[in-house]
Amino acid sequence: MALPPPDPQFVLRGTGAAVHTLHFSCGSQEPDVPVLFSGSENGFVHVWNLKTHRVDTALDGHGRKSVYCVETMGGKNRLLSQGRDQRICLWDLAEGRTSVTDSVFTENVGFCRCSLLEVAAGRWLMAMAAKALDEVQVLELPSKTSVCTLKPAVGAKLGMPMCLKLWQLSCGSQPLLLAGYEDGSVVLWNLSMGKALSQLACHQEPVMSLDFDSEKAKGISGSSEKVLSIWSLNEQQNLQVYKTHKLVNAGISDITIRPDKKILATAGWDHRIRIFGWKKLKPLAVLDYHTATVHCVSFSDHKNPTERLLAAGSKDHRISIWSIYTQT
Amino acid sequence: VCFIPGGLDCSISFVSHVLGKVCVHGRQKEILSVLVPCLVDLTKSDCIWQRICWRLVECVPDRWMEAVVLGFVQRAPGADTLSRLLGNLVVKNKKAQFVVTQKVLLLQYCYTTAVLQNLLGYLSLDSLRRALLIKVMQELLETWSSSSAVKHSPPEQQQYISKAILICLSHLKEPEIESCRQELLTSMMEGVKCHLDSNLPQIRRLGMIVAESISSKINTDGPVLKFQYEEDDEARELKSLLVQTPTFCVVPSLSDDGNETAGAALPLVLESNKKSHTAAPVMSDDELHAELDSDDDLIPYDMSEDKELKTKAPVYIRDCIAVLTGSEDMDKWEATVKALEGLVRKNPAATREVSVELAKILLLLEEKTCIEGFVELRQRAQVAVLTTDPIPVAKYLTSQFYSLNYSLRQRMDILDVLVLAAQELSYPKSHGKTKHSGAQKSCIQLLPGSDSSKDWRRIVDERIKSKTRRFATAQSQVELASSPNEFSSVAGHFFFPLIQHFDRPLTTFDLLGEDHFVLGRLVHTLAILMYLAVNTVAVTAMGKALLEFVWALRFHSDSYVRQGLLSCISSVLLSVPTDCLLEDMTEELLEAQSWLGDVVEKDPDGDCRRLALQNLLLMENLKKKLKTVPS
Repeated sequence: MALPPPDPQFVLRGTGAAVHTLHFSCGSQEPDVPVLFSGSENGFVHVWNLKTHRVDTALDGHGRKSVYCVETMGGKNRLLSQGRDQRICLWDLAEGRTSVTDSVFTENVGFCRCSLLEVAAGRWLMAMAAKALDEVQVLELPSKTSVCTLKPAVGAKLGMPMCLKLWQLSCGSQPLLLAGYEDGSVVLWNLSMGKALSQLACHQEPVMSLDFDSEKAKGISGSSEKVLSIWSLNEQQNLQVYKTHKLVNAGISDITIRPDKKILATAGWDHRIRIFGWKKLKPLAVLDYHTATVHCVSFSDHKNPTERLLAAGSKDHRISIWSIYTQT
Repeated sequence: VCFIPGGLDCSISFVSHVLGKVCVHGRQKEILSVLVPCLVDLTKSDCIWQRICWRLVECVPDRWMEAVVLGFVQRAPGADTLSRLLGNLVVKNKKAQFVVTQKVLLLQYCYTTAVLQNLLGYLSLDSLRRALLIKVMQELLETWSSSSAVKHSPPEQQQYISKAILICLSHLKEPEIESCRQELLTSMMEGVKCHLDSNLPQIRRLGMIVAESISSKINTDGPVLKFQYEEDDEARELKSLLVQTPTFCVVPSLSDDGNETAGAALPLVLESNKKSHTAAPVMSDDELHAELDSDDDLIPYDMSEDKELKTKAPVYIRDCIAVLTGSEDMDKWEATVKALEGLVRKNPAATREVSVELAKILLLLEEKTCIEGFVELRQRAQVAVLTTDPIPVAKYLTSQFYSLNYSLRQRMDILDVLVLAAQELSYPKSHGKTKHSGAQKSCIQLLPGSDSSKDWRRIVDERIKSKTRRFATAQSQVELASSPNEFSSVAGHFFFPLIQHFDRPLTTFDLLGEDHFVLGRLVHTLAILMYLAVNTVAVTAMGKALLEFVWALRFHSDSYVRQGLLSCISSVLLSVPTDCLLEDMTEELLEAQSWLGDVVEKDPDGDCRRLALQNLLLMENLKKKLKTVPS
């Protein structure tokens, strides 16, 4: 007889608004505290101390416009946040500072989260939705120079890019970009040539979120319908559908695969977080805690496997932290 | 008093005379309290003493026989001791037979259950007497099943007769039941009909219990009659009478004092179905079974709770209307029914636009799926609509009350809704909450509003005690915030249409004829509306109309209706200001007073008499009040 699903290990309250994005930074050694960054609809980025479960700092850099993406750039002292004020801000948080060191004006009014990839020490590539409706722009940080602009072919009505993922097979190899679009297709882009390598129609509805396992060359995408789509990349760099998984309730806002590639978590519009095994997409658990749409899920990057956590942020203003399947 | 044992040939008749004379003079208790225990002991094992005792009672002259027999019956500790003491007196003596079989059972009803047990047990113990038992049983059943008896005899007597029937049933043996099975069946059918026709819930329940018992006795193997009624102490007591512990015969044995019969009454055996709980979770994905040796060692958790998300209720009133009238989606329909009251109260302006339509839909709303508390939800939504837009909706509802093709249930719903809404409108809104003691009235649903008649008695009692007319509720609330009485402007709209057409029969609805149950409810409703109309402008006109209505119906045969009429008079006396009472309604009041006097003396129903008495007292108080106020 199966056990009932676990309860959250703890719940972070105090954002005061719907939580749209989460990012852990727990890799540093003692005496540094593990930290969780959360971006909310009221424009704040909260820095949560995971030992005391309280907000250490609240960063206000987006003029009270919703923050929908936070990422760290090598450690928790450098933070990137993207908001609905059409800006991407770079923060310096070392030694208690809370200042915006740089910002990028994206001129994009959409909701597409940017994607970061460290290609060399101190050099980052950032993919973001650009000014034109269906374009994706890749910048190099911190220089903010444009690497390329990815434009779909004329006539391919892909719509807005909804989600992006920059990846490279190993350090030093070609960086590639996977982009999910409004029409339900996922496109693989080659950055150096600036053209699409492969396009796959995965969903009937817009692709809300995707994640990719570069080791297995397999990815997963979720949309506003009831289906999760798993696709793979073959040697010819072609995307093909591997399988689909039907869900109980429609709508997925976020998908993330755990760094050890064993499990993945999805954030649902039906207020539930679902855990699947990544190998065969075996449903493992349904975590039912939130009382409104779950907007984002994120796995922590703890060095010690038993300390690993899963965080979920929801429209009900709460962030639930779970400790699940930490034994493997 | 000491008797010389054996050998002597005494004449007992002198003692019998003495005994009889003493008993008839009312000294039964004293003499029998000494005599009976003595005799019980003496007759325990000695046959001679038994014969002496029998001689004793047989020799009592006829004119004193009744007193003696009744004394013995009341004093004897058990049916078998009674048997020892009286022997076959009832068979030998005509007068004793009359007393035991007719007078005690049918003409009087003051004796306790224990006495009944004794008497009927006594009759059953000897084969000679059993014939009498059967005769008694038949006569009791005849009374029980006669509709005029049910209508006109007081509830206490009916309860007494029911108890006697149950005890008789418990004594009857199989062959006897076989022989009179047909008769039992016919009487049961007739009796059940008359009882269920009555307006008083107590009578109905008595009928149901007795019918069930008879049916279980005559159909031991087939399907038995089963009614649904409220189980309370009275019902349980009645049912316990059906089961008798075996009474021991004349031969003395273990227990000769104490009532074996009354003591160990066993409850009827009920079958208990234990539902086995299936708690095994179901994996949502079938693929799991095929891949049991799959992934790593990740053990899935229980996902049986993972179900589809429920649909949400509509947020707009017009959407609700659309869902309730057309939708086939049951989830949505359920969600709408649950959310409707809240929506109506939150959006008064929107409700006012569609109030009559909404009232119509709610009146005709049937339960499509099984929702908990559907009747209450519907009622609360109706009350909300009525209080939000009183005048048009009241007009609609009162007109529908008298229209064709509504069920009695729906007409009574209309009355209930009107009362609840009137209560809400007339109570001052303190802290935004309007339902306090009125909340208990919303429990009037499937049972008739005889609860309201009890409330009436309480309230009228309080009034008389306090001797002043105060518009206060039963709870004492300190300093309610005052606000305009919303009921004032609409009281007339609630009241007058209801009173207008009561004497006009329709093809499906005849208030003065068969549907006297609804008439009873209507009368009670009018009484409540009258009471709530205190301090409104229309109260005098209402009072006058109500008194005329009461006058027209005052000789109605149904006691529930009469109770309602008396409550109406109470409300009039309490609500209409005294000056108006005297000015506009003197004649009606005088007529009412004479009628009340009549009721107090002659009405068979105890409740009616009490209410009439209270009304007379109220009138007296009012008169006194007027006299003390200097004019």
